[in-house]
Amino acid sequence: MKPQPLPAVPDSKLGGTAPSAARAARFSPSAQSRQRIRFVGLAWLLFAAWPLVAGNDYILSLGIFFFINLLLIGGLNLVMGFGGQISLCQAGFYGLGAYVSGVLAVKYGVPPLLGVLVATAGAALSALCIGLPALRLRGDYLAMATLGFNAILSVLFSELVSLTGGPNGLANIPPVSLAGFKLDIASRFFWLAWGVSGLMMVMLSLLLSSRAGRALRAVAGSEIASGSMGIDPFRSKLAAFMFSAACAGLAGALYAHFNQYASPETFSFATSVLLVVMVALGGWGRYWGPLFGAVVFTAVPELLRKFQDAELLVFGAGMIVVLLYLPTGIAGFGTYLQAGLARLRASRRAS
Amino acid sequence: MLELASLQAGYGASNVLHGLSLSVNQGAFCTLIGANGAGKSTTMKAIAGLLRPVQGSIEFEGQRIDHLPAAQIVTRGIALVPEGRRVFGPMTVRENLQMGAFTKLYPRSTAGNRQVETRLEFVLETFPRLRERLPQQAATLSGGEQQMLAIGRALMSAPRLLLLDEPSMGLAPLIVLQVFAVLRQLQRSGLTVLVSEQNASVALAHADHGYVIESGRIVLADSAARLHDNDKVREAYLGI
Repeated sequence: MKPQPLPAVPDSKLGGTAPSAARAARFSPSAQSRQRIRFVGLAWLLFAAWPLVAGNDYILSLGIFFFINLLLIGGLNLVMGFGGQISLCQAGFYGLGAYVSGVLAVKYGVPPLLGVLVATAGAALSALCIGLPALRLRGDYLAMATLGFNAILSVLFSELVSLTGGPNGLANIPPVSLAGFKLDIASRFFWLAWGVSGLMMVMLSLLLSSRAGRALRAVAGSEIASGSMGIDPFRSKLAAFMFSAACAGLAGALYAHFNQYASPETFSFATSVLLVVMVALGGWGRYWGPLFGAVVFTAVPELLRKFQDAELLVFGAGMIVVLLYLPTGIAGFGTYLQAGLARLRASRRAS
Repeated sequence: MLELASLQAGYGASNVLHGLSLSVNQGAFCTLIGANGAGKSTTMKAIAGLLRPVQGSIEFEGQRIDHLPAAQIVTRGIALVPEGRRVFGPMTVRENLQMGAFTKLYPRSTAGNRQVETRLEFVLETFPRLRERLPQQAATLSGGEQQMLAIGRALMSAPRLLLLDEPSMGLAPLIVLQVFAVLRQLQRSGLTVLVSEQNASVALAHADHGYVIESGRIVLADSAARLHDNDKVREAYLGI
């Protein structure tokens, strides 16, 4: 590197408004990725304390559902936030994962761990089948195709009674065993969900800073421009969609083996819509957004239990307020505050 | 250098180009002028490989490229500045520029990265304004700066032929002149330039050679100076 002439005034005295060369270099994607992974490590260390803090199995299981929801919302954020496509079938893939793994274990005696892998791959494969025709077209065709697919899956879940148990649900799904160790209680299963979701966050970070991730972000910006740069927009979108579906399939399989029961209404189209809202609420296209989305998605329905029938109403109203006043989502709140503080400081200096 | 022969292309069942032929010589500064819907963008997209021609051929440096995917066309040395700039808004200016070298960008290959860095330096010398803006989000740039960025991004792939689709669109007249001055400077240093324009007066004032496109066909081809004095062109495109 060429030696840089020293600035007359240190950066700190300029209020950080003049970005130095060194600072610009720090924004290179791999550095950003390393920083994100460090934060994930830190956060997951903190999350590891949850079993100590949680007083009972109910609170502990909320932690597990948080990790499962994080898989769902994190995957969806890749397609929606970074890829600019709207998928209305995340709950469908979630259900597909739950039923594939659940049915394989209950009806065919397949070991749960193998079932989880098959469910993950199966969800990705079905995403390939929908994505191949829908993603060739520009615009919101994916939204329409996925909307239809979720409806079809919902019908299958409740009508294939001999396999899925129909509206009564699929019961007696065996727990996952790891090396002869049965993960049948919350305090054991917690660690599986903890590890898998942490791994997904790390993978997402690596993916986003990779060549493929940058291509995806460019495609979201403009398909024409990214195409003229030599990126294949179709392949980028398809890969992101498949990754997102795989996350949902994995989440579904984990859900089924933890809950040991699955019923069709969990995976309805309404859940898909809620998941889209959670992506927006957490922060559209922000790496940390899904963490907030998953907290809201897990905790708020529990907190609103006492409103009973009015639960959905309160939920909906709260969401409208947040989206109106926080268009960049909860994850964007920090940046928003920073910008506000900077403005305040600037105006104080001016006066 | 570039040879389009009886090209037919369009979207789905509707053809936009009906047997368009034109040629661009090595080192030339050519312009393609025409009204809205005449087929300027379709021609540009077909050359860049974003649209597959139905019939006809496109040759670049003596080789047919009309059936190559866009990625390979970039590698062969053609870059397109798309209509309406289309910078990647949420990315920084630096990231936008790096994306322009996408076909050469391998994160772990130091040789590839060094190439990209050298090229970045060249682009920043061409557009000093972008250097100040490197860490900024592209969406925060002004229209003129975004056009500079879009051109800079296209230059990152080290093209020998630069295509620009209506670069004057939505820009202040003074900025348009700046853009064309930069294009002239690039052309003098050896780059071949083909610009499609609705703003015929600016385009004909700067280019060497011009084509007039009307409903998917070339209706006039001449030196820019003679086109500028042509009665038909004056009436239809210059409003004189």
